[in-house]
Amino acid sequence: MKYTKEHEWLRVEGDLVVVGITAHAAEALGDVVFVELPEPETQVGAGDEVCVIESVKAASDILAPVDGEIVAVNEALSDNPGLVNEDPLGAAWFFKMKLDDLSVLDDFMDEDEYNELIG
Amino acid sequence: MSDLKRLPLHDLHVGLGGKMVPFAGYEMPVQYGLGVMKEHLHTRAAAGLFDVSHMGQVILRPKAGYEATALDFERLMPVDVLGVAPGRQRYGLFTNDAGGILDDLMFANRGDHLFVVVNAACKEADLAHMQAHLSGTTEVIAVTDRCLLALQGPAAEAALARLVPAVAAMRFMDVAQLASPFGELWISRSGYTGEDGYEISVPDAGAEALAQALLDMPEVEAIGLGARDSLRLEAGLCLYGHDIDTTTSPVEAALTWAIQKARRSGGAREGGFPGAARILRELAEGPERLRVGLRPEGRAPMREGVALHAPDGTPLGQITSGGFGPSVEAPVAMGYVPRAFAGIGTALAGDLRGKRLPVAVAAMPFQPTTYKR
Repeated sequence: MKYTKEHEWLRVEGDLVVVGITAHAAEALGDVVFVELPEPETQVGAGDEVCVIESVKAASDILAPVDGEIVAVNEALSDNPGLVNEDPLGAAWFFKMKLDDLSVLDDFMDEDEYNELIG
Repeated sequence: MSDLKRLPLHDLHVGLGGKMVPFAGYEMPVQYGLGVMKEHLHTRAAAGLFDVSHMGQVILRPKAGYEATALDFERLMPVDVLGVAPGRQRYGLFTNDAGGILDDLMFANRGDHLFVVVNAACKEADLAHMQAHLSGTTEVIAVTDRCLLALQGPAAEAALARLVPAVAAMRFMDVAQLASPFGELWISRSGYTGEDGYEISVPDAGAEALAQALLDMPEVEAIGLGARDSLRLEAGLCLYGHDIDTTTSPVEAALTWAIQKARRSGGAREGGFPGAARILRELAEGPERLRVGLRPEGRAPMREGVALHAPDGTPLGQITSGGFGPSVEAPVAMGYVPRAFAGIGTALAGDLRGKRLPVAVAAMPFQPTTYKR
């Protein structure tokens, strides 16, 4: 698992990367009440705002961590946004991306580095 | 947060796991371990304890009889002060010469004087305002050695009555000064959540013991500002500085219920408050715009600042408070629209992240109130 400074986790699944938010981020957001997912089959660039998460407190964006194509989104989050709080690292994945070159993931933090960041 | 003031119960909040944030010049608990959603639902299901000691507590002590003070105080508000019976509380609003709202407040007739509670962010200005206009008849005394706690929810009566049995007999908007092991408590049966409950002014020296005694009861949880905001929003209650301010009149804000007959045209003490010309005209002819309840059609909350449009695209106004209503289980909001668009059920659109999404005018409160009248 790799981590971004924006508190997303990235997990390689075959030739895809699955993206979600960390338990730390879910905790900080509070109870999630709405998730707006991107359209599948769209090309996105690193840093693009691709999802919106609304908690009882505020709205936050999820950024595309890398350039690539969004190939799948987790529709379960539309019906049950609370999954983000219940199982942020598992059932509450947001989208899957197809990258040209998975080696770009090497630049992101590993678990130890991320834990140090949120210390 | 060095420039921020600390509540007398600061250490208690931190010990309870309160997440402290700046609010109105104070470090305030926005939530505790339960989180906003569970704190909100707990308050509606049992009882929530809120520390609102940042609010201003003021005594208006007559120099020349209660009536002279009440009449002087009345000259600052479109509200019938004189008609409030001893032991009763009423909602009031300071207005300015343009008919805007300087602050909203609660005041009580305590027999030989008045007790006033004002918003934290306005309290210095309110004190100066009252000093400037009441000093001929009244000593304006800021109460600075007391905390203010709110206990709200269906179990509030049972919980507080264990400590102070007399509160069970109080009705909505009654006030009482009651002896207790925590010092003399100044209690009102009111609050700002839409639930039955109490606000309790307690001497600083007894505040922690009172709060702890309540928190030790199984029904009571500590509740932060986050849930306080979602509770008052579901109850359709205004937040000063957001839903009402110096640019909104009480009539536009749909607070005409707070303007009693005695101060309206033809009343015993008609007018004679700042902004009376505009406020009486709006009462007679209707205001140009009105604060309305709003229900977004989808699940996405529409928050403060969202622009509202007519179906044909005409800009109408904006949302002044909005979010997710945990008890309503849907997004709720309030905002201002021209009177022609203020009818319940009117279809409007709100701009959310570049999309124009449907939102309908809806009756408030969004959640039925449970006051014990």
